[in-house]
Amino acid sequence: MIVQELVFYVFALVLVFAAVSVITVRNPVYAVLFLVLAFFSASAIWMLLEAEFLALILIVVYVGAVMVLFLFVVMMLDINLVPFKEGFSRYLPVAVLVAVAMAAELLMVLWARGRFGADMFPVPQPHPVGHSNTRELGELLYTNYLLPFEVAGVVLLVAILAAVALTLRTRPGIRTQDVGQQVRTRRDESVRLVKMKSEKPRSV
Amino acid sequence: MLTLTHFLTLGAVLFSLSVAGIFINRKNIIILLMCIELMLLAVNLNFVAFSRFLGNLDGQIFVFFILTVAAAEASIGLAILVVLFRNRRTINVAELDDLKG
Repeated sequence: MIVQELVFYVFALVLVFAAVSVITVRNPVYAVLFLVLAFFSASAIWMLLEAEFLALILIVVYVGAVMVLFLFVVMMLDINLVPFKEGFSRYLPVAVLVAVAMAAELLMVLWARGRFGADMFPVPQPHPVGHSNTRELGELLYTNYLLPFEVAGVVLLVAILAAVALTLRTRPGIRTQDVGQQVRTRRDESVRLVKMKSEKPRSV
Repeated sequence: MLTLTHFLTLGAVLFSLSVAGIFINRKNIIILLMCIELMLLAVNLNFVAFSRFLGNLDGQIFVFFILTVAAAEASIGLAILVVLFRNRRTINVAELDDLKG
């Protein structure tokens, strides 16, 4: 039990530190890297909550794909960082005020009379050794949630098409293959028959 | 002993931090997108914690779909960002005032 608390506090501290760094660091590349650190810590905390499949998905899909996409875009765009520096100190008091007020309201709800404490939500027993979170999740996903699962696939397809259609550009002056033109072409456009006399062997 | 309050507190702190991030970095679209990702992470943390303490896996299914939609959102957002940068050579929110909003 004490080990679990230790793990929770260590990763929670790392998570909060990474989140603070994401919003305060000036260089977007560092911000993405701190976001990766935040996702890793959150994944460890989900592991503590026995959501093993989602913890690994968070690393594989989020850190492996989405964050790399962020990193790719940040490094591809040649951003001038100077204009972003202005306004930082101007908006800081408002940001701190809003964040503190919001956190205070949320924590007032959370901590009031042990509403979410051990009395109302008793700490569940850990799952036995052979328990598979992935199997349970899969059974639920492919039965009760089959339609939302399919819709999620359609959403991803639309996202692919939208991303490609947005960023695709045709540059003029580049010779590319036109398949329609190739299929439409007829024989007499490409073959020319030439009548000529047959060669005779040179008489000696 | 780790109770539900611990995890919900962490989620609340994370969410407030990302709201503060949106206020601080209101010039840079990329960091705004990252703050939205952080918010989604905080919400997902709440879902996973409730799923564990209620003994119900539906919360984790929800997190699954939130991750899917967030990935789609991030890819389209970054695509729009790339097109924007290609046309305007800037991603500063203050300069994107063509619509006079």
